[in-house]
Amino acid sequence: MSGHVFHPGHEDLHGITVVVDDRDGRTYVGRYHEATDRGVVLHDVAVREALVDSIDRGEWLRRQLKFGVQVTHRTVVVPTDSVSAPIRLSDLI
Amino acid sequence: MPYDERLVAPMRTELTGLGVKELRTVAEVDQVLGDPAGTQLVFVNSVCGCAAGSARPGLARALQDSVRPASVFTVFAGQDIEATARARSYFADYQASSPSVALLRDGQVVYFMHRYQIEGRGPDAIAAELKAAFSQHCGA
Repeated sequence: MSGHVFHPGHEDLHGITVVVDDRDGRTYVGRYHEATDRGVVLHDVAVREALVDSIDRGEWLRRQLKFGVQVTHRTVVVPTDSVSAPIRLSDLI
Repeated sequence: MPYDERLVAPMRTELTGLGVKELRTVAEVDQVLGDPAGTQLVFVNSVCGCAAGSARPGLARALQDSVRPASVFTVFAGQDIEATARARSYFADYQASSPSVALLRDGQVVYFMHRYQIEGRGPDAIAAELKAAFSQHCGA
């Protein structure tokens, strides 16, 4: 662990809103909690599903950036073997 | 459920001590935001760590600048629940998050800082971004 830790004792990304993708075409924007054996735990999460949502990923992310995270799930666990490396939502500005 | 007011009071005075007007009722919100003229900033306060460590001190530093909104207000999310909901109704296109900052000009949102833009950033970075927004929208 290094750099600015939001809450001491947690990973650097704890408490930070991140973007992750899974292999099934879902994109998640949510507040990173922790990585467990089951997967990455996110809170207050917006989810885009490639096969369901007509809006493309880039435009969907632009809306999250401009208008804020459109939370639909309180907590999501994205399975470890399926998840991309989290990136900060603010890094997409 | 709101926190004990004794815990929250210092978080209020950190802003009111800067001259920020706190809006604690729906009527107070409507009185000022319902009469939009010039530039108005609304700071949505919060008990969370990024409000204490980044957002409030960042706002304080930004307000030291000579170019700043004509009026600066605050509501307290989770504490003054009805007032906060009413304030958010004036920038309803934007998802509720706290802390956050809305800058309005003649009643229109011209800049919004979401919680995700505050998390993990220090006060200087927050102040710099707010000053840039003030410079763009609050000048003559």
